[in-house]
Amino acid sequence: MTAATKPHLSRAHLAELLRQMVRIRRFEEKCVELYQSEKIRGFLHVYIGEEAVAVGALQALTPEDAVVATYREHGHALARGLPMTTVMAEMYGKSEGCSRGRGGSMHIFDAATRFYGGNAIVGGGLPLAVGLGLADKMQGRPHVTACFFGEGAVAEGEFHESMNLAALWQLPVLFVCENNLYAMGTALKLSESETDIHLKAQSYRIPSEAVDGMDVVAVEAAARRAVEAIRAGQGPYFLECRTYRFRAHSMFDAELYRDKAEVEEWKKHGPILRFGTWLRETGILHEADVQAIEVEAAAEVDAAVAFAEAGTWEPVEDLTKHVYREAAR
Amino acid sequence: MNDAAAPATIKTTYREAMKAAIRAALRSDPRAFLMGEDVGRYGGCYAVTKGLLAEFGPERIRDTPLSESAFVGAGIGAALGGMRPIVEIMTVNFSLLALDQIVNNAATLLHMSGGQFNVPLVIRMATGAGRQLAAQHSHSLEGWYAHIPGIKVLAPATLEDARGMLATALADPNPVLIFEHVMLYNMEGELAADAGAVDIDKAAIRRPGRDVTLIAYGGTLFKTLAAAEALAKDGIEAEVIDLRSLRPLDSATIVGSVSRTRRAVVVDEGWKTGSLSAEVTAQIMEHAFWSLDAPVARVCSAEVPIPYPRHLEQAALPQPEAIAAAARATLGR
Repeated sequence: MTAATKPHLSRAHLAELLRQMVRIRRFEEKCVELYQSEKIRGFLHVYIGEEAVAVGALQALTPEDAVVATYREHGHALARGLPMTTVMAEMYGKSEGCSRGRGGSMHIFDAATRFYGGNAIVGGGLPLAVGLGLADKMQGRPHVTACFFGEGAVAEGEFHESMNLAALWQLPVLFVCENNLYAMGTALKLSESETDIHLKAQSYRIPSEAVDGMDVVAVEAAARRAVEAIRAGQGPYFLECRTYRFRAHSMFDAELYRDKAEVEEWKKHGPILRFGTWLRETGILHEADVQAIEVEAAAEVDAAVAFAEAGTWEPVEDLTKHVYREAAR
Repeated sequence: MNDAAAPATIKTTYREAMKAAIRAALRSDPRAFLMGEDVGRYGGCYAVTKGLLAEFGPERIRDTPLSESAFVGAGIGAALGGMRPIVEIMTVNFSLLALDQIVNNAATLLHMSGGQFNVPLVIRMATGAGRQLAAQHSHSLEGWYAHIPGIKVLAPATLEDARGMLATALADPNPVLIFEHVMLYNMEGELAADAGAVDIDKAAIRRPGRDVTLIAYGGTLFKTLAAAEALAKDGIEAEVIDLRSLRPLDSATIVGSVSRTRRAVVVDEGWKTGSLSAEVTAQIMEHAFWSLDAPVARVCSAEVPIPYPRHLEQAALPQPEAIAAAARATLGR
């Protein structure tokens, strides 16, 4: 790794990593509340426990790069720089939402940050990322497309087809597998003959690493290594980030498939708890600094809720808009 | 006859007209490229792309692995990334392996993103029966695709449309599917030397008539025109409509014709149940019911997976005799 691509472990950067994870956590905790009060409907899949993956990985991207995510993508959207206000308005389905309310929780899109969803078919985003990488390569642009997906997607044919095509054509795609051990309610060991997922990428001759997905600095470091290799023209790169979902799969999940003790054990290694504790113990941040981050996040969430509440419902007369784009005249 | 004033034409085939369209698209737009199974070195399953690899090179004529979902999805991604991909799928039957990408992504991204991300993609594929390829290579599933809001579905049946629809489809900001009937590839005829882009949203009246409207598209157009010829010998003047675009459907042309002729026969190589022919029939009921002098008739494929033996395959498909008989029946003859 060169000095330029190494994570810059300055106090300011470390504080920023914590700040990003905290604001995602507080945003989603509020979303759960808002779901219970029926402001948010449909499916709501929270990322709580997995924040280090999106926050760490997205540090390696530039604004010109692209992101393809899944239906558990609030964290990626916020870490990518979408305003919390328009993301919250999207959760409400208001026309001020980042997808004008048409998508909701599972379909966050944003052209300004090249955020291509919000894809709710497991595995369905991978071919899109391959194509975005193909477009960049054919047009000689030095961009990277980061594609996030869960370990459940690895069982899909689209995963294998996409690995093969990306490797065959040496496309600039960073594949980030968020291995949280459960595909909805089915444990990894019950769905995969080979549970060491990063080996699957190697079988396609894609360089791959397994990373501690609960350690934001480790994820950032791995993502920077990966992006450096991709930008150097070495083709795709694969990170398996080992993480854990603290909350239910969605708001309809009674969590019959795992022990509470297992969840509690993982929570002890939670990305915010662990990183925040380390920052305080080493004296990099003081309690007051952490409190300031919390206060700022709370204010940002409040402002986002106020923005969404003040938002408007798209007129029913506009129902059939955005099905076809009008041809340029 | 004044030869100097006559427009110059060339003798060509449907296959060559399609190839000329692809060649023109790649020459005129550096963003355009073609990918699919065996489109390059092999020359295309139906030889449409033969020779293009030598002309444009492997960057723009891309052989893909047998991964319909990945290369169709990659086409969608490349379109999002500023390219103008032409994706070839060998047959509509294989397109089912990419149904997720076409229906869940290509058709929905503009809407789900609140109008931010359009998908300017063209997907071409062969469809239809007649080559004794049996039940996994012969079906006509374009009607399924016509069910889906967010995509456009074309069925070029003439040399002009084979040559002209691709350019318009590529210029369209939306995903467009082009269905090429396998029995049309060898069709020969004269095409204007300067043939170019054509519209992709209007049906065409291929033969005017006053007694009955025969509505067809793609591979059934020429069978329907043959039926109209036979009817003419009996003094029945059939009007023949070529739908050309299956989505959007040009209801105005259909309804206008049926309102004049007061009788309609819908011809579709798809099966009858839950089909495009049912949609056309329903639109006639909704918009021209009071003009009708007879129930709308349909001539479709028999409700059976297409069989291999020639006599059974032909028996399963709409044929001119059945079309003519259905037309006569609407006239009580």
